[in-house]
Amino acid sequence: MAAEAQYAALPVSITVNGVKHDALVEPRTLLVYFLREQLELTGTHVGCDTSQCGACTVHLNGRAVKSCTVLAVQANGAEVKTIEGLADGDNFHPVQEGFREKHGLQCGYCTPGMIMTAVHLLEANPNPSDDEIKHALEGNLCRCTGYVNIVESIRWAASKMKG
Amino acid sequence: MFPANFGYVAARSVEDALQLMAKHGEDGKLLAGGHSLIPAMKLRLQSPQTLIDLGTVPGLRGVSLDGNSLVIGALTVHADVASSDLVRKHVPGLADAAAVIGDVQVRNRGTIGGSLAHADPAADLPVVLTALDASFVAQSPTGKRTISVDDFFTDFYTTALNSNEILTEIRVPIPAAGTGTAYAKLPHPASGYVVVSAAAMIVRRASGTCIASRIAIGGLGSGPIRAIATELELQGKPLTTQMIAAAAAKAAEETDPMEDSYASAEYKRHVATVYARKAIEAAVERAAK
Repeated sequence: MAAEAQYAALPVSITVNGVKHDALVEPRTLLVYFLREQLELTGTHVGCDTSQCGACTVHLNGRAVKSCTVLAVQANGAEVKTIEGLADGDNFHPVQEGFREKHGLQCGYCTPGMIMTAVHLLEANPNPSDDEIKHALEGNLCRCTGYVNIVESIRWAASKMKG
Repeated sequence: MFPANFGYVAARSVEDALQLMAKHGEDGKLLAGGHSLIPAMKLRLQSPQTLIDLGTVPGLRGVSLDGNSLVIGALTVHADVASSDLVRKHVPGLADAAAVIGDVQVRNRGTIGGSLAHADPAADLPVVLTALDASFVAQSPTGKRTISVDDFFTDFYTTALNSNEILTEIRVPIPAAGTGTAYAKLPHPASGYVVVSAAAMIVRRASGTCIASRIAIGGLGSGPIRAIATELELQGKPLTTQMIAAAAAKAAEETDPMEDSYASAEYKRHVATVYARKAIEAAVERAAK
């Protein structure tokens, strides 16, 4: 088999933020690059590129995952939600609002990943303690050291979501 | 960072995956959750020509009861092991370990079978499954065989699985009443991987003496090490704080841990005794409930 044929791009069908995308991807394409470069959804960031920092966190079938460590072909048939899919029109998701209200970001690089992880947390646990929030963020790094305000932002969002 | 080029095939069944393995031979590599393999491929530590994806095989996920054993499908992710009611009820020590692997996102994607087949010397699950006397079902084109945990981890990143076998399920015997299980870990502060960890399964008589135990230590060798001296010391003894400490003090006997930039061999041996004590104490407390 010719090398080109062996590594040929494969068809995938991935639903991103409710929109189904039929695309061709090379097997080695990481989900984060599929999102950023093929779909031009650049809200999902590449930080460490080694599964540690969490800047690339998206939801894959409803669970927070690091999209730098998932192949796009593995997401074939799956539902992906990115930071771009959180707001309802002009209305921010409560976690996005919380980060604005409580100054949960400085440089903003880690923010999309922080928010996607926080949304995943609040879906499973609508009333987390500070300790539970901190544990849930163990896979998200902020190098501006903004953790105090990030925890406050998520607490604010939890309380807003309870209404 | 991109892996070197490779081909990708989504397996439809275990039998299909076995055929694909036969076809691709040494150039093929099984993909489960990919949370050890994909990082290794991005760093070009591994460059398989073809990935055979087990993620598309139905029936390899979930925790169920089969007679007196818990059966965990090899593709079950760590988060689902940690939150499983069956696991938490019967072998909470396994839930302890699954809950401290990596981070939330890693636990949502990394699988029990992938971690075990990868056999990282700094992984959590090999240690706790050694204490729990687990066994592993491997399927090959000629049938299935069961491998005891004591025979499974043969060297650094090396298991008893043959190149024509797929790990399909993990079987954990349900402990008798009066048994406690627990896992305690000193994680590396940056990576979260095990520096040293310990797992204990303690069978306790109502009077408070130890009928039997299995104690395993991680971080001291190429894989989990049974702390036989500790097990023998506990046998038939009252499970008092002093007795547990005396037994745990023997946890690193006859081990030869590798020194690294973070921890000296002497430090690792000392920490092993501390974490063995923590794991035994937690298991005894659960046994007494």
